[in-house]
Amino acid sequence: MIEIHNIHKTFGDKKVLDGISGVFETGKTNLLLGASGTGKSVLLKCIVGLIKPDIGSVTFDGTYFTNNKLDIRQEIRRKIGMLFQGSALFDSMTVEQNIEFPLKMLSDMPKDERLDRVNTCLKRVGLENANKKMPSELSGGMKKRVGIARAIAPNCTYLFCDEPNSGLDPLTAIKIDELIKEITEEYGITTIVVTHDMNSVIEIGDKIMFLYEGKKLWEGTRDDIMDSNVDELNDFIFANRLMRDAKKVEEEEEEEERRRQG
Amino acid sequence: MLQYLGKYLLFMSSLFSRSESPRILFNRTIDEAILIGINSIFIVAIVSTFIGAVTCVQIAYNLDNAFIPRSTIGFMVREMTILELAPTITSIVLAGKVGSSIAGGLGTMQITEQVDALEVMGINSASYLVLPKIIAALLVFPMLVIISMFLSIAGGYVAGTLSGALSAQEYITGVRDDFIGYNILFALIKSVVFAYLISSISSFRGYYTKGGALEVGAASTAAVTNSVIAVLIADYVCAELLL
Repeated sequence: MIEIHNIHKTFGDKKVLDGISGVFETGKTNLLLGASGTGKSVLLKCIVGLIKPDIGSVTFDGTYFTNNKLDIRQEIRRKIGMLFQGSALFDSMTVEQNIEFPLKMLSDMPKDERLDRVNTCLKRVGLENANKKMPSELSGGMKKRVGIARAIAPNCTYLFCDEPNSGLDPLTAIKIDELIKEITEEYGITTIVVTHDMNSVIEIGDKIMFLYEGKKLWEGTRDDIMDSNVDELNDFIFANRLMRDAKKVEEEEEEEERRRQG
Repeated sequence: MLQYLGKYLLFMSSLFSRSESPRILFNRTIDEAILIGINSIFIVAIVSTFIGAVTCVQIAYNLDNAFIPRSTIGFMVREMTILELAPTITSIVLAGKVGSSIAGGLGTMQITEQVDALEVMGINSASYLVLPKIIAALLVFPMLVIISMFLSIAGGYVAGTLSGALSAQEYITGVRDDFIGYNILFALIKSVVFAYLISSISSFRGYYTKGGALEVGAASTAAVTNSVIAVLIADYVCAELLL
């Protein structure tokens, strides 16, 4: 479980995060939802320690992270796996070397065990024979899969995904979303996904936090989100014509049901 | 300016906190040494040979007094090569080649979040990426300067004898005349200082790149110009202090 408390962050004159608190539960896919520029990625980077919040704290399973001793922060960081928006695979390394890298750097695992683990992770993400490929030879979806494999290779406890399906076609995006959800449930890890994609909300959002202009405006499950009374959230959800149509159909069905009941 | 200097010093100190294991540092240093050294030999060889040749021809052109022995041409080529041309010109060439490569590589890693990926894994990205580059440069630059010295003097020999400016015997006599061993040490000390400046300034410029492809290009350009200016200032300081 990851807890954040009263996170504030300002860049120059611009307040990007304004007192955000919340809890991200273990074994669930927690979504940070919001339009572009609302501070989702900054919040994610504050949680993993890439950006230091001006005020506020982050706790991983009860262990204080922000401003704690370096060795404790290092210990927590070694339990973190992260999938970046652009995958962030190391250009000069093959797929196998990319996935092996955290194992080589962070553990004393012998070479053959490391390669076994690499193959297990590659199999888990559906890329059995991609070991010797270079990142430049991979499609966007394959890069995301390798990024996920690299994140889970050291048996991470916390998985962070920054817009995992950006730049992907809808079918591949859904497959990546499903993969993240499956891995979260299979390994019982705490996953936080930054997204602005409503498909992801419907497919994998166990718990959703909606950010607007650096503030948390709404929090709930995917079942509650359609019935929220937050205008900014409704504007965001129903900006999509498909969602508007779905809402209209739902309202018509409810109206019909009411009429039938008299 | 002071803020910039402070940031540079903090960056340098960050290289030594949370360093990786000696084995990893050694392997990374060897990789970087191959990249910096082997890949630069060709350009260093071409530049050094022609600079030696041109120096010899131009000294011969200016030195037409009958009372000055022709072997003086060989002597002057040697002195100019060892004291200035080999360490300084080689370093300026390497500032362009190695400096831009370091800044471009680190800048690209920064904007594509590869540096963030290292940090999230709990690895000190500055130490992992930059320290091996600086150590490799410190090891490789003196070797390149020694190669440059030999080739430059050889270039002068070929140009001088082929143009008929002096005989082979006169050139060799000049090159061997009044040799001061300390000058070699002076050149090697300068090459180490230049190696540190070029690799650290270029790394600093690349590591703090923000934005996109345009900024990576700007960082590479800044790395080269800053390194060249630093090399020229250091050249003067070394001359004042060590000669």
